[in-house]
Amino acid sequence: MNLMLPDSGLLFWMTIIFAIVFLVLAKFGFPIITGMVEKRTKRIDDAIDAAREAEAKLSGLAQEQEKLIDQARAGHDRILKEAALEREKMIAAAQEQARAEAGKIMEETREKIREEKEAALRDIRREVAVLSVAIAEKVVRKELSSDAGQKEFVDRIFDEFS
Amino acid sequence: MRRLTVILVSLILSVLPLIAGQAGNDVHHSNDVHQVGDVHHGNGVLQGNDVHQAGDEGKVDVAEMIFGHIGDSYGWHITEWNGRHVVIPLPCIVRSSTGWHVFMSSKIEHGHEYEGLFIAQEGRYEDKIVERGADGGLVRPFDISITKNVASLIFGSALLVILVLSCARWYRRNDAMEKAPGGFAGLMEMMIMMVHDDLIKDSIGPGYRKYAPYLLTAFFFIFLNNLLGIVPFFPGGANLTGNIAVTGVLAICTFLAVNLFADRHYWKEIFWPDGPIFLKCPIPILQVIEVLGMFTKPFSLMVRLFANIMAGHAMILGLVSVIFVAAKIGPVIGGSMTAITMVFGVFMDCLELLVAFIQAYVFTMLSAVFIGLSRPGDQHEDTSCHPGHNA
Repeated sequence: MNLMLPDSGLLFWMTIIFAIVFLVLAKFGFPIITGMVEKRTKRIDDAIDAAREAEAKLSGLAQEQEKLIDQARAGHDRILKEAALEREKMIAAAQEQARAEAGKIMEETREKIREEKEAALRDIRREVAVLSVAIAEKVVRKELSSDAGQKEFVDRIFDEFS
Repeated sequence: MRRLTVILVSLILSVLPLIAGQAGNDVHHSNDVHQVGDVHHGNGVLQGNDVHQAGDEGKVDVAEMIFGHIGDSYGWHITEWNGRHVVIPLPCIVRSSTGWHVFMSSKIEHGHEYEGLFIAQEGRYEDKIVERGADGGLVRPFDISITKNVASLIFGSALLVILVLSCARWYRRNDAMEKAPGGFAGLMEMMIMMVHDDLIKDSIGPGYRKYAPYLLTAFFFIFLNNLLGIVPFFPGGANLTGNIAVTGVLAICTFLAVNLFADRHYWKEIFWPDGPIFLKCPIPILQVIEVLGMFTKPFSLMVRLFANIMAGHAMILGLVSVIFVAAKIGPVIGGSMTAITMVFGVFMDCLELLVAFIQAYVFTMLSAVFIGLSRPGDQHEDTSCHPGHNA
């Protein structure tokens, strides 16, 4: 049996048919399948990478958000504090102003009162003078109604003047 | 695959005892013992009925039957039906001294002569088409007949092309970016990517892309034809990958793939290998060894595949013929031996399924490793990638 001797006919056909099979499969078969599978593998890998990136980005975003909230809270506190300070300042200033105003008004009032008082005193004085003149006139008139009286009076005046 | 095996095994189990019994009867009724061997395997079909009679009456010519099967034949014997051989005639294409002859193998069955051509019954050209030379001796014409193996080769190749292209068609028709194939295309994808990633990419390293189509073709060609060889009925059953011409062509392809695209480091390794100067300068001992190695690698590929598949076929056939031999001894021994042989036969068939895959895998892997070794430049550029390269 010539098992170890390759038969020429089979060798011939095997060469031709295997070449055809190889060419057909190498052109239309395997590269398409492996290419597509590799593309799909790459796509899946990319998708996983993208998911990981998105996750990282998301956690970054959450941190950012936290930070923003903290910042906002701090700002809020600060504004509140400032507002309180401002308010107190304003109240103090208003009080000060009110006090000053009140003082001024009091001063003016006092001044007016004094002026009024002086005016009143002047009036009174004038009245008193007039009254005293009138009284003196009456007194004088009464005293001078008698001759004795007139003489005594003139004496006294002379006394006084001398 | 499992279902196929189950069907296969149950078919064998159901058919063989009948045949064995019939064979036993035949022995008592007829002297033509070779018919018994022929019941199952088509070797003797194209030979004269009277060729192997010589005195071995009552014996089954097991060796003849086995070698007839694992060899080649001009017609495709399928079975025997009512004492008649059912043979698919195949075209014979012969260029003899009288020019081209194309005819069906049925014309030269049973020792008939057609246009001066006939099948040699013995001698150097046994079972081959010959003509008589001028000196009366037998001359082998140029013979590219479509023999059983060639027919099986055509069938297997067509099947392979259809299978792979139908898988590739799925990728054309569907958007592989969006979904993965299921069913048959999914199975093909899984196997293709297994070979592509685990064997080719890992063994060759960077630059594997150029070789992938050849190695994938080789793997699926061998695997499919191995499986077809295990199928015991038409159109399987031919011992194609157990034929040295077929494995030889595959090995030559690997040889070409290794040497045509090798880089300069490879040639330097062959013609000026690392080693002591005195081993390569006056007498080129190392160079001779390296050049020999160039050829022994594909040669080992050729012989490994051929021997494994052929031995597997021979083993299964040997076990089956035990049934016929035992059937002649007596009904009790014949029956018990049939049962035992059946168990061994099932075991061998399962083993052959494994071997069909392993041999395809080994051939592809070793081819890929040889190709990887022919590109050491890649390793210099990228040493980190594949440390298991030189294994």
